Amino acid sequence: MSGHDHGEDGVSRRKVLECMTWAGTGVLWTITGGVPRSLGIIDSAQAATAATPGMTFLQISDSHVGFDKPANPNALGTLEEAVNKINAMPVKPSFMIHTGDITHLSKASEFDNADRIISQSKLDVHYVPGEHDFLDEEVKFYRERYGRGTKGAGWYSFDAGGVHFVGLVNVVDLKGGGLGNLGAEQLAWLEDDLRGKSKSTPIVLFAHIPLWTVYPEWGWGTEDGGRALEYVKGFGSVTVLNGHIHQVMQKVEGNVTFHTARSTAFPQPAPGAAPSPGPMKVEDAKLRSMLGVASINFKQNEQRLAIIDTPLQG
Amino acid sequence: MKTLNRRDFGVAVAAAILLPVTTARADETNMEVHIDNFVFQPPELKIKVGTTVTWTNRDDIPHTVVSAGKFRSKTLDTDDKFTFTFTNAGDYKYFCSLHPHMTGMIKVE
Repeated sequence: MSGHDHGEDGVSRRKVLECMTWAGTGVLWTITGGVPRSLGIIDSAQAATAATPGMTFLQISDSHVGFDKPANPNALGTLEEAVNKINAMPVKPSFMIHTGDITHLSKASEFDNADRIISQSKLDVHYVPGEHDFLDEEVKFYRERYGRGTKGAGWYSFDAGGVHFVGLVNVVDLKGGGLGNLGAEQLAWLEDDLRGKSKSTPIVLFAHIPLWTVYPEWGWGTEDGGRALEYVKGFGSVTVLNGHIHQVMQKVEGNVTFHTARSTAFPQPAPGAAPSPGPMKVEDAKLRSMLGVASINFKQNEQRLAIIDTPLQG
Repeated sequence: MKTLNRRDFGVAVAAAILLPVTTARADETNMEVHIDNFVFQPPELKIKVGTTVTWTNRDDIPHTVVSAGKFRSKTLDTDDKFTFTFTNAGDYKYFCSLHPHMTGMIKVE
């Protein structure tokens, strides 16, 4: 990445979240001057013809394998639909991240089923846990499967396509009355992990619960998320990807773009729009328009980032 | 939870009028807390030493009942229950370790 982090040019470029068209039917989001704007639905023909240079990776989230309640009696089925959608994409993504709640109740069979379906994408998958992935008595199933080479409760970083990715865990040691929690040990590790990185390195932080405060009344935020954001302040391009709230939400603050992905299992209500954040039952015909995946594209040397949220249908 | 006898039924009806509708009061030594819509109902319960409290999760999402150093339920899926008998007086603050904004209090006299 060229050093645009303090130049006027860099600022204007960073504020442009260019829309990319490649991933099948999707809602495009564009950010100009910090204001998110939906560009509406693109059709798959248009998407298929658009060539996208740079690196593209996918985000899926909240697959809740094992969930069988009225909001979606077949969460494994809709996960499979999402994976089929991914497999049908005209450009193969470099890899995938999963931002947690892989399973609903952390049963070994749920993890096995999730893996059986997700592995059909034939992509490398980088996971972070959601609170639903640490429910087994010994809290070992997630760690056995996805914890190798990670620190603490499962945090880690890696580099891909010139971008530095950091997977964070904010679902353990939660305090009564509080929100998501990173904890002192993880924050110290993060500070150290970012030390010495060029400020022009694009940074992607991903974790289950939003690192920004979406709606504290429903616990949608991270107690010490602000500390993590302090550490990335000087970087020219920062993207924060989360799940947990089962809906698309986006905002831009300075150089930081915050984005939450849809669930592949069931939708949740908009903040405060229902008595609780629990699974939202919608008409069967509407369900697949509220589930989906996100694809994220980085163009080398342009510091431009594009996120496309693609529903399973609609 | 014991089946209500006729005398206790009267108590339960009276209690149902005075307390939130989600609270069922079977008798003096057995009390209930329901989890509905990510809320412990009632959020605060006053009981006598020796009382057993049963929490029932009525949400489509699992919850837990945790009071640091005092008691900790397993993960409660829909309609699962957790029971704890309070043998010491005191204030027991508790929360759901999955959704920590959910808090409750048991005051034992």
